[in-house]
Amino acid sequence: MTRKAPPDLATPAILVALLAAIATLTVVVAPAMQRPVTEAFIYIVIVVGLQIFSGNCGVISFGHVAFVVVGAYVSAILTLPTHKKHSMLALPQALEQLHFSTIESLLVSSLAAATVALLIGFPIVRLRGIVPSMATFALLMITHTIALNWKAVTGGRQALVGLPLDTTIWVALGGAVFAICIAVWYQQSTRGILLRCTRESLVAAESIGINVVGERMVALIISAFVCGLGGVLFAHFLGTLNANTFFLDTTFLVLSMLVVGGYRSVTGAVFGVAVLSMVSELFRYFEQGISIGAFSLPSLPGLQEVALAIIMLAILVARPDGLLGAQEIGRLYLLTRRLFQL
Amino acid sequence: MNVLQTALDAIDLGAIYALAALGVGLVFSVMRLINFAHGELVAVAGFSVYALDGQPLWIRVIAGLASAVILALIMERVAFRPLRRAEPSTLLITSFAVSYLVQHLIIVVFGSRPLGVSFLQELSGDVAMGSLRLPRLEVVTVAATVMLLVGLIVFFHRTPLGIQMRAAAEDFTMARLVGIKANRVIATAFAISGCLAAFLAFIQVVQSGTVSYRMGLDLVLMAFVSAVVGGIGSLVGATLGGMVVGITSVCLQTFLPPDTRVYRDAYLFGLFLVFLIARPQGLIFRKADRERV
Repeated sequence: MTRKAPPDLATPAILVALLAAIATLTVVVAPAMQRPVTEAFIYIVIVVGLQIFSGNCGVISFGHVAFVVVGAYVSAILTLPTHKKHSMLALPQALEQLHFSTIESLLVSSLAAATVALLIGFPIVRLRGIVPSMATFALLMITHTIALNWKAVTGGRQALVGLPLDTTIWVALGGAVFAICIAVWYQQSTRGILLRCTRESLVAAESIGINVVGERMVALIISAFVCGLGGVLFAHFLGTLNANTFFLDTTFLVLSMLVVGGYRSVTGAVFGVAVLSMVSELFRYFEQGISIGAFSLPSLPGLQEVALAIIMLAILVARPDGLLGAQEIGRLYLLTRRLFQL
Repeated sequence: MNVLQTALDAIDLGAIYALAALGVGLVFSVMRLINFAHGELVAVAGFSVYALDGQPLWIRVIAGLASAVILALIMERVAFRPLRRAEPSTLLITSFAVSYLVQHLIIVVFGSRPLGVSFLQELSGDVAMGSLRLPRLEVVTVAATVMLLVGLIVFFHRTPLGIQMRAAAEDFTMARLVGIKANRVIATAFAISGCLAAFLAFIQVVQSGTVSYRMGLDLVLMAFVSAVVGGIGSLVGATLGGMVVGITSVCLQTFLPPDTRVYRDAYLFGLFLVFLIARPQGLIFRKADRERV
């Protein structure tokens, strides 16, 4: 008789409490930090969304920003006022008249991203070894090329402006909490466990009858939904959107965040976002040029990214599994409790 | 005339992608690393050519080759050697980070705008062949690629080091057991991939007349696609895959209706996904690459 391990409720509880505390502190103590904190929360949505797929099946994806793009554009089309759509785009009449509130659009746009995953995920998830990672670039390139050139619907190179700015710090917090709960729930569900079996050994998992392609598809669709949600939140945070808003730089940042903390754990994903957001913020400050006494540093564009890459490389070389490995904060908490007999 | 021109375009682009895929595939075959930073080897060679503007041609060519080879060796030593036993996905991420690092170092030094550079302008005209006029650069590219491939074939089949590299590509652990030096083989693979990258840089610089920090990016993405199409881990496959992808790209450019041509890359990557449904293992599949239990 086998028994499933009790669900790890401590991990989502601790993470959610921490994020809520950060949001409250920011609003009360340092209102000037609201923008970077909100942005970090949105990155949590995207990175945790990516973790649902990559963390459980072991395939690093370079294509998840495609789902962010889909979420963002669908939401832009749904929420922009009709007269703005008329002046910027050349949509069919019905689409032009359509108007959703941001809340409604959150669901619809994320579902659109999940649908894209359903439609074009199959050829990628059935590949083996390192090949699927390379194939995920195809997703990114296809959406980027379309976003860049389909002027009638995406505006092409021209930015879409005037999206409702509805992503406040609390909305972003809600998104992050939702993403974390979904990720932990999936991770501990039977399907999540099956998928992690395939991560540890594809051949062994197949030999006991696990449907690798099916389990990977489930994870891909859920993770595309969450990444799409991240895209919607991001679009309504920036208020403007163009084809280059989410592309290779975003891909690099999101992957760094995932890998630095440890891509096999949800806590690691959140932790990676926290670390790299702080580093970026620090360097954004330095990049403007600083002077300490007689010593002055000129402003150097590109320096922030250089520092980011060096930090990432150092962590990869020192700890290839990320800072946290596969540890979840809830398990650590239980472990310490047991250790000290609390 | 038009058909011949298109055919030459196709073979030219195929040759370029084949060289890129070969550079990526060579490193993969010996250490299971998909080197995303291959594109930055191209960029660094390009910027060496740019920085030595006004110097004699041979100095610029040697500097281009040397900078790409040195950067390749540094990457291997600093970033990839410590991770040699890590999973392939960790290695891929590492190479992504190396690529990002080098790109932004270039931005810090040279800025992010494309810079104009004059290099080998003698190659930019047309060459007359009877009643045909063909772009000189394309003819030279194809000829040079053929020479490079022949050189590589001779190297891999006739020299001890080349044979050792093929053995290592076949089964790295076994090769080490019979006394092949891992570090030497891997360093050679990186050095050769640096040379191939420098060569690609020369072609790009002549073709576009500019250098930019992103100049290797499209190439490396196409090299990935080519390597997967050809069958990852196989050098013949990489060359073949590059040819197939290049020819497909030019055909799409030629035969797509004009107003959908801007979506060429979307079609190309879409076809790639369709190809993966039909033949996920690539054109050339080696039994040695199947996962052993």
